[in-house]
Amino acid sequence: MTLLAAEGVTLAYGTTAVVHDVSLTVDEGGVGLIGESGSGKTTLARALLGLLRPRSGVVRYGSRDLAGLGRAGRAEFRRAVQPVFQDGSEALDPRMTAGASIAEALTTHHRVPRDERRDRVAALLAGVGLDPALAGRRPHEMSGGQRQRVAIARALAVEPRLLVLDEPTSALDVTVQARILELLEGLAADRGLGYLLITHNLGVVGRLCRTSSVLFAGRVVESGPTADLLTRPAHPYTRALRDAVPRLGGEPPRTAGRTEAAPAPTGCPFRLRCPWAADRCRDEAPELRELAGRKVACHRAEEVLTTPASSVARVPRDGGEAPDAPRQ
Amino acid sequence: MTTPALPVYRRTPLRRLAGVDRLAVAGGVLLGIVVLAALLAPWIAPYPDDGGSATHPLESLLPPGGDHWFGTDQVGRDVFSRVLFGARTSLFIAVAVLAVSGAAGVLLGVVAGYAGGWARDVIMRVTDVFLAFPALLLSLALAVVLQPSVTTVIVAIAITWWPWYARLTASVAASVSTRGFVDSARCLGVPAPLIVLRHVLPNSLTPVLVQLSLDGGGVILTAAALSYLGLGAHEPTPEWGLMVQQGQSLFTTDWWVVTFPGLAILVTAFAFNVLGEGLRARLAR
Repeated sequence: MTLLAAEGVTLAYGTTAVVHDVSLTVDEGGVGLIGESGSGKTTLARALLGLLRPRSGVVRYGSRDLAGLGRAGRAEFRRAVQPVFQDGSEALDPRMTAGASIAEALTTHHRVPRDERRDRVAALLAGVGLDPALAGRRPHEMSGGQRQRVAIARALAVEPRLLVLDEPTSALDVTVQARILELLEGLAADRGLGYLLITHNLGVVGRLCRTSSVLFAGRVVESGPTADLLTRPAHPYTRALRDAVPRLGGEPPRTAGRTEAAPAPTGCPFRLRCPWAADRCRDEAPELRELAGRKVACHRAEEVLTTPASSVARVPRDGGEAPDAPRQ
Repeated sequence: MTTPALPVYRRTPLRRLAGVDRLAVAGGVLLGIVVLAALLAPWIAPYPDDGGSATHPLESLLPPGGDHWFGTDQVGRDVFSRVLFGARTSLFIAVAVLAVSGAAGVLLGVVAGYAGGWARDVIMRVTDVFLAFPALLLSLALAVVLQPSVTTVIVAIAITWWPWYARLTASVAASVSTRGFVDSARCLGVPAPLIVLRHVLPNSLTPVLVQLSLDGGGVILTAAALSYLGLGAHEPTPEWGLMVQQGQSLFTTDWWVVTFPGLAILVTAFAFNVLGEGLRARLAR
């Protein structure tokens, strides 16, 4: 069942549109949203969380329009959908102890007696693998990983059905990233949580998300089963992103085309960075269309899909290990 | 599974003090002395009655000496005692003005900063109107219209003072409101007034508190100026500005009548400034 969906959503700050006509569905299980910095991922996440009103289009919670929810509906939405932001030190009030932050989440929708609060805070901290004694600490007295765990515990306090994870590990050390991802993976499996994972890291998506959408310059350029996108990308951008994942023992990663080029104002926005760009791409913006079990917005998707890796991208030098193992 | 109890870092008063700048400590100590003088005036003043309307015509204008450390004024009152009692008046005015204008400014500022949009525009435009007047001129005009009294001084200064706090708080609160923990509270469904009080206000307060302590000196100077001009405290209220005004004509012959209250104004204003400056330096670090 669809929990949260964007339908033809356009988002703008002032007169500048950042996200154009994006549709996205988050159901039970994991959904990935992939894109580079400035692609509109976070803006889209804010709209899905009800923090930003779409300029046009609709964000739906279940079957209802988020903008039309009454007081009760809104409270229900707030309990059901919780965010985990990039940086735990930002997401936690610096003046509140970890315990107070979690207690705030517990008491916002329900009355919880004072003596019971302490036990529930301790249980939530233990649930994210933290010592309950940390309840007395303020964010600056904890490590980045601990802060992010506290932020997750706080989100889980309202027993949500869906988490919006906005680059939940990008502010963390590599070793800590892996543990936080394991935690999220485990929590999602144990509680049957749905989640939208927003990231620029393909390895992470490959591991945690069944389906994914790739965002470029505020537009969905490809979406479908994550495994297909990673193994046989049909959009040049998806392909470039995949090839940009650094690998141990391999050659230096190729950048995603000429990354310095800004999105093109006319035609296909990716054409200035695209090795496949043709005249048609300059004249006509590609629409999302069905192809090989996914949706893709590229005039030459068939060619991209069938071109072997060696002719465009590099071949791994050692040629042995599976190159798509998640690495961050 | 048991884990050993974690040592929890506690902020003890000593640790807190050690981090504070020496300058701030010096200002705090100086201000502490003034506050003590004000609180204990009835007990430490050698002639407590002289804080009021007592007169001793036979002892008028005695120079500083063993009996009267700061000498006596025209009606024979002990200037030292009156300076001590004057600390009460001045500090009361300062605290009242800062409390009233600080509370009003912070409240409006925090609402403007969090709400944004038209609410922010309305509040900030009203603030601009008040800021467009020269502060002292507006205070003077108000003090002339109202009856001269300590309350008048407080009202007249507070009305010109709050817009600064509103503007400062609004800009700080606007940037605090964009931070993740505010979004996080909104996503939890915490009602907006609670978000403002619980998250935005406490995190916007530090610069305002520094500004308040920096402004204490300014309020004391302005209050003294109003009383000096006869628009504020009046006889027999012991008020430093009033004492300066009453003593100025005697400066060449009986210098102590005007000098000691003047010094008291100077020291207190200085203490506020040094404390505020020290706090600001600490904040900037």
